[in-house]
Formats: sequence, structure tokens, C-alpha cells
Amino acid sequence: MASVSLNQVSKSYGAVDIIRAVDLAIADGEFVVFVGPSGCGKSTLLRLIAGLVPVSSGDISIADEDMTEVPASKRGIAIVFQSYALYPHMTIARNIGFALETSGLGKPEIKAKVTDIARMLKIDHLLGRYPRQLSGGQRQRVAIGRALVRQPKVFLFDEPLSNLDTDLRAEMRVEIARLHEELGTTMVYVTHDQIEAMTLADRIVVLNEGRIEQIGTPQELYRQPANQFVAGFIGSPRMNFVAGALLGEKARGATTLGVRPEAIRLVPAEEAHVSGTLLRLEDLGHEHLAYVEIARDITWTVRLAAHPDRERGAMVGLGWAEEALYRFGTDGRAVA
Amino acid sequence: MTIAARRSSARYRWQRRARGFGLFVLLLLVLVYTLFPYYWAIVSSLRSGSALFSTSLVPSFDLTHYMALLQDPVFTGSIVNSLIVAGSTTLISLAVAVAAAYALGRLTFGGKKLMLMAILVVSIFPQIAVMSGMFELVRWFGLYNRIGSLILAYLIFTVPFTVWVLTSFMREFPRELEEAAIMDGCSHWRILTRVLLPLMGPALASTGLLAFILAWNEFLFALTFILSDENRTVPVAIGLISGNSRYEYPFGPVMAASIVVTLPLLALVLFFQRRIVSGLTAGAIKG
Repeated sequence: MASVSLNQVSKSYGAVDIIRAVDLAIADGEFVVFVGPSGCGKSTLLRLIAGLVPVSSGDISIADEDMTEVPASKRGIAIVFQSYALYPHMTIARNIGFALETSGLGKPEIKAKVTDIARMLKIDHLLGRYPRQLSGGQRQRVAIGRALVRQPKVFLFDEPLSNLDTDLRAEMRVEIARLHEELGTTMVYVTHDQIEAMTLADRIVVLNEGRIEQIGTPQELYRQPANQFVAGFIGSPRMNFVAGALLGEKARGATTLGVRPEAIRLVPAEEAHVSGTLLRLEDLGHEHLAYVEIARDITWTVRLAAHPDRERGAMVGLGWAEEALYRFGTDGRAVA
Repeated sequence: MTIAARRSSARYRWQRRARGFGLFVLLLLVLVYTLFPYYWAIVSSLRSGSALFSTSLVPSFDLTHYMALLQDPVFTGSIVNSLIVAGSTTLISLAVAVAAAYALGRLTFGGKKLMLMAILVVSIFPQIAVMSGMFELVRWFGLYNRIGSLILAYLIFTVPFTVWVLTSFMREFPRELEEAAIMDGCSHWRILTRVLLPLMGPALASTGLLAFILAWNEFLFALTFILSDENRTVPVAIGLISGNSRYEYPFGPVMAASIVVTLPLLALVLFFQRRIVSGLTAGAIKG
């Protein structure tokens, strides 16, 4: 049906390179999530696929057809925007049916399709209203409905949940996952939210400065990060790093070492790999976060299931299992 | 200590009241300054004969001047001319400006900045400097002594500012709204007419109103390009109202005419007042 493949795709504005020679193959029906720090080019990459922004070089093909120069509306793609971008002066019914109206479909057919979509998204009671009368979550559903009605081969999402509050975000996340299961459409999803990325994705693409740092399943990225950037980006709280020299023998020649906060235990001083001063303790109810200064200006985060029963300022020993230690070379790449 | 606190509290209250009163007086002064001339014109227009020389501010209701004006075909004709000229100028400049503003505000093309600057430069020339050139243009088009000449001439100062205002308004639309329309298969024309234009009501109303007022009030071009009485517009018609003898200044009729020609503007402002409420797009984009 609809695979998407990018071949050496680049985009630059004048002298500024936003996307640098990206190669990516998305299988039919796959759910791929783009993550990366802000300004890494993830939204631009999505717009390149959609055809809203022309590529500077490289090819884009959808369903094995070259789409590099095909206009956005003819690519069989729909996109859900971060701001929803509903038409403020049209009713919800017209908002959803506008693409069909533009393509010249008859009124009865439009009405039937819009009603179907609205029922599926549970917004059929809102069809006569205007966007300003809807809540954030309802607007989000309308935006999805507007994308669905065109029966796209590929579905693009540009940070669709970032304007919603936490509760609604969780609800819509489940909704999108359900949508993907029901439709089986290829989906590409941009987010900076780790939870969305980890829970929704078949595969995650980590982007940084216009380049792909790593592509893999959520588990692969978490367990075997290809480099220090991915190791630091995936996982929350982020991985603790320290220069290899500080751990001596254990570094086995690596420039930088990393341990995830959840892999660290508090141990007696004689068993400790490193020790430091407890700076601060945060009680999150279901877990505790301890901040430990292990050397000047290096503070590690430790995730604990129970209250450690130590005073602030106390010396604590930190230990971890040997396999929990990540090693990175001078170029930031992971080494065995 | 508590007494001291109470005292200072009372002083602050007194200060607040004094400030409020001062502001009220200031507001009253501004109101008198702006409204008194108009009120005085109304009062004068309702008197005739020797009553005109009275300094009383209480209006008498003598409608002689109004009756005379409305029975004067030259004056009523000039009102119709003015309506046609100002109306057409407004419509044409809005139509041109909307198309230009879409291009200048939403599309990327070479020389865009230069174009905007050129439009701005056009509007800084004093009318008197353009007049002789404009006169030649009017002659070429064969529009001399026709109201078409005024429509042509007025576009030179209404188009630049409508383009500027609408361009800045056009830029404010979020990029995603346009992108959504592109995804829905819209051409530029459809984006402009079906998505952006319906949201521009407030901007169109306010700039259109301003263009109308400018065209309605214009005197210099109207005096120069029109020769005969039946093609005159209102400002010139009022300027040329004459008394019974060359020694009499027709004070009452001029005042009555001034009041009459203000009424269409007042009506327009009141009618569009509700449309000039911004925030039509508020709440539609973010949530």
C-alpha cells in the first residue's frame, strides 16, 4: 500500500542546512516517530514528506512512486497540525468536508462521509458548531477527522498533543494508537514528548542537527543507544555521564561513561563504584529522585523506589550492575 | 502605629479620588475640544437671518437652510457624486489591496521588499506635487470633468495605505492555517477567497472606512479635475456655495451643508462598528 522512502534528502535555507542527506525507509503500515531537541529539523522533515516544503536535493517516494515534485494535495497524505489549524469561520462539518468540497464532490456524498468520520471520532454532536466553541480535545478530534476524510495513504502528525493538558494528552494518545490499529495506515509522528514516542512508535527516529542519529524500536534505543546523544536523549530522567578517567580501570579506555538513574542503587561505601554528597531529594509519591554530586559540578540523578533515609548533605555510595554501564569513545559512539 | 497606618490609608484614598477627578476633568476638556466645533455648527445651521449673530449656545429649530439645501439639485447631485466616487474608490482599492496583500504577505518572490517600499514612497508625495502629472493622465484617459477622474486620482493615495494595512494583517495569519488549506487541495485563489478573506472582516471594515473618509473629504483634486456644477463632489460644492450678494457670506447654508455631509460617515461608522471588533480568529487556532 504505502511505504515512504527518503533518499539523500536535504533542505537548506540559504547557507543554513536544516536537513542533511537523510536516508529513511518507512514500511507500509508502520508507526514511525521523529524525536529530537527543538530545532533539530523534525518538523521540517515532516513538511518535506508532506510536500509543503520543497526539497533542496534528494528524492522522496511514497508507495514506490516518485513524489519529489508532486504537489502536497496530490500525494495521498494528510497532516494533523500542532495548532490544529481549523478554519475559524466554518462549522465543524465544513471544516471536515472542506477538502472534499474543494475536490468538487457532491453535497450528499460529502455529508455522508463527514457524518461517518464524525461518528467514528465521537464528534457527531458538534458538527453544527464553530471551532471557537470547542475544547482543545474536541478541536484535536476535528483536526484528525479533517485528515481522515481524505482517506490518506500516509498520516502525518506534527506534535499534535502538545497543546493539550496532561490528562487529555494521555487520552488522545490512546485514541491515536487505536486509530492506527483500526486503519493500519502508515503514520509518521513528530513529538518532543518521550512518553508519546516510547508508547506509540514501532520505530523511533532520533534526529539531531538535521541528521539521523539512530533508528530503532523504543527498546533498542533504550537498551543499545548508538551514541552518547541518543543515550542522553532517550530515557527520563536522562542518563548520568562521567568522564572515563574518573572511574579509572572500569572505563576500559572509554572517554565517557553513562549509567541510567534507574540502574543505580545506594550501597555501603566499601561496595560503591562512586560516592558523593546528597544534594537534594524529591518525593514524587511513587518514586524518589536523589541528586548526588559525585565530583565538582557533576550531579547524578538516582531513581529510588523507597525513601533512602539519608539526610541532605550526607555522603552516599552509588553502585550498579556491570552490564548497566554504557561506554562511549572520543567521537561519542558507543563502544563495547 | 495603627493610627499612622489609618492616616496614610485615608490619604491614599483621597489621592486616588483626586486622581480620578483630575482624569474626569481632562476627559471633559478633550471632549469639549473635539465636539464643540461640531455642536456649534449644528447650532448655527439651525438659525437664519440675524439670529446667526447671537452667541447663545441653545439651538433654535429653524430648518430653513436644510430645506433650501435639499431643494437645490446641485447640492443633492453633489452628494450622489460623492457617494459614487468614494464608494467606487473604496471598493476598487480594497479589491486591489487584498490581492496585493496576499502576494506581499504570504508568498515569496524576488523584489518583495522593494515593492513594499515603492508603494510606501508613492504615498509620501504631497498631493500638489502629483497634481500636474495626474492632470495629464486624466486628459489622456479622456476623464476630464468626469467623476471617473476623481476615482482614478484618489486610488493614488488610498491603495498604498490599504495595501500596507492589509499586508500586515495578512502576515498575522498562522502558517499552519494556510498549510492546512494547501493540504486540502486549495489553489492560491481559493486560499485567499475561501479561507483568508472571510477572516479579514475587521481589517476590511476599518481600512475601507478610512479610504471612504479620505475620498469623501478630498478637495484639491475635486476642485481641479471637475469643471461643471453637476459633476462636483460635496466638499467643493460646499466651498462654492454663495450668498445673495458678494458681500454676504452664506454662513448658515454652509453650516447646514457641513452637517448633512457628515451624516453618511456617521452612519457608516455606526454600521461597521460591530464589524471592527477584532478577535474573530481568537480561540480558533490554539486550544
